[in-house]
Amino acid sequence: MALRGFAGFAIRKVLGAITTIFAIICLNFFIFRMLPGDPVRMMYRDPRVSAEQMQLMTEKFGLDKPLWEQFLSYLRELFQGNLGMSFWQKRAVLEVIADRIPQTLLLVVVALAIAVVLGILLGAIAGWKSGTRLDSFILTASLTMYSIPAFALGIILMLVFAFQLSIFPLGGISTPASGLIGFGYWKDVLWHIFLPVISIVFWYIGEYVLLTRSSMMDVLDQDYIVMARAKGLKESAILRNHALRNALLPVITITGVNLGFAVAGIIEVETVFSWPGIGRLVYDAVMKRDYPLLQGTFLVFAVAVVLANLVIDLIYGYIDPRIKVGKTE
Amino acid sequence: MRTVRRRLAEARKFFQLLLTHRMGVMGLSVFALFAIIALFAPFLHTVDPSRTGVVENILIPPNSQFWLGTDDLGRDIWSQVIYSSRISLLIGFLAAALTIFVGSLVGLVAGFYGGKIEEVLMRVTDFFMMLPQLPLMIVLAAVLGPNIWNIIFVVSIVSWPAAARVIRSQVLSLKERAFVEASRCIGASDSSLIFGEIMPNVVPLMFAEAVLVVTEAVYAEAILSFLGLGDPTTISWGMMLHFAFESGVMVKASWWVVPPIVAIIVLILGFTFLGTAVSDVLKPGYKEARGL
Repeated sequence: MALRGFAGFAIRKVLGAITTIFAIICLNFFIFRMLPGDPVRMMYRDPRVSAEQMQLMTEKFGLDKPLWEQFLSYLRELFQGNLGMSFWQKRAVLEVIADRIPQTLLLVVVALAIAVVLGILLGAIAGWKSGTRLDSFILTASLTMYSIPAFALGIILMLVFAFQLSIFPLGGISTPASGLIGFGYWKDVLWHIFLPVISIVFWYIGEYVLLTRSSMMDVLDQDYIVMARAKGLKESAILRNHALRNALLPVITITGVNLGFAVAGIIEVETVFSWPGIGRLVYDAVMKRDYPLLQGTFLVFAVAVVLANLVIDLIYGYIDPRIKVGKTE
Repeated sequence: MRTVRRRLAEARKFFQLLLTHRMGVMGLSVFALFAIIALFAPFLHTVDPSRTGVVENILIPPNSQFWLGTDDLGRDIWSQVIYSSRISLLIGFLAAALTIFVGSLVGLVAGFYGGKIEEVLMRVTDFFMMLPQLPLMIVLAAVLGPNIWNIIFVVSIVSWPAAARVIRSQVLSLKERAFVEASRCIGASDSSLIFGEIMPNVVPLMFAEAVLVVTEAVYAEAILSFLGLGDPTTISWGMMLHFAFESGVMVKASWWVVPPIVAIIVLILGFTFLGTAVSDVLKPGYKEARGL
């Protein structure tokens, strides 16, 4: 092996991510080639468009060329940031998606932060007290939370808290035409984000509890914990300094693996609460049968997951000395 | 014949163990409940679920004639919920079967042969595992068109990699065992080693994976239908929620959305508990820990 240590590890991971992204791009191109019917006909769902005009459009989009030439031009356009035009919004797909990114990030970051902290805390307690009543309660509760789809919980929360009790708004990110600015605006956003965040957090927490619990139980079986106990260290010190730190490493990696899964919660909750992010865009693209937009959202989600995984892998490799010197994977 | 009897005895012992696990009992009860509802749906429904009612019957709250009320087309909610359990179980079981078939085949072949074959198969598996599941299902369902066979296919596409990984790692340890070596020494062919010697030992694992796939399939049908990718010609819990959501009167008609949501949650929860129980029971030392 030519490259050793962290640099070699990092280069291998980056190359791996690039290969995966290229495979995603290919997949994305070919899936949308399976669409039945003529793309030009689909774009102009209007019988008045004449055959000559259709022919002209077919040539303009290069649809009369062989498939591999179409693929090359798709790649070329993609590298120039052109993801096509949205049928529905009559704007560039990239522009439509870019408008929605901040709102989705806001929702994800807030929900993930709460879920990670609460989930790790509850999971660590359950793993520490494994076999007790408290553990079996936390375990059953997390399995239950994890089994309730985020959109189902979202609808229930909306019925109860937004409609029956009118404590929270029915949807959106802020009160329309409220004219609020500065602190008042953010308070309004906080009020709107509350139910969507709860719906996602509820679903994510279960996963973190289960992960941290099993990781904690593995760690507690290790010799160094027995050693720490034998030295007469306080339980709280063992938990904080020896057990939890080591238990968290696998939680970090699995967070990366599960990111693809986490995207589902965003699509579900944004749809239910009309949150103006990329998740809601997926729903609108499906309902409007706006295929270029749908293709764009898939690409963005898939690439985001690969990149987030790459970052997590790199951080993990940096933290864990075994990866720098030893075998990878 | 003798091996068949032995396998049956093993299966019976396995189910007996499952019944000593509290979550196993809960899971099997939920499954039994929904299986009965699905089988006897024609006797349990009160009104033809697809019959649209007269104008006076639109959006009425639960009463003695319409036990759970009606939707915006005057269709009976109770009857729709009853019939929907058929679709969910059908999709759940067929998707689980297809997933386990593909996942096992990949896992068995990759684990048994190793080398280049394994590397290629596992690269593909890892690639599919990396893709965000729901967006992939949405894109495929949108392109292939809305019907239940496509939903089954789409669920299998996103679920097989996990099954393949689990089964492959089991095969890796099994193929080194003495009984496999012994068969190899007396000249057994690769296929008889894979399917005759190794596969019977991964059946419990396949069963555990299958239970998990059922939960994924029930969820997938619900969310895809909710997002407008369901089969418009069939009644399902997800479709009911989709129609309610699109109608714009969802929040005012809680009787319309609560029953399908409760059904979805109970069925998924039941199979999640069952899956947890199955994997607990399969762990070595379960019997001893229970003092059985």
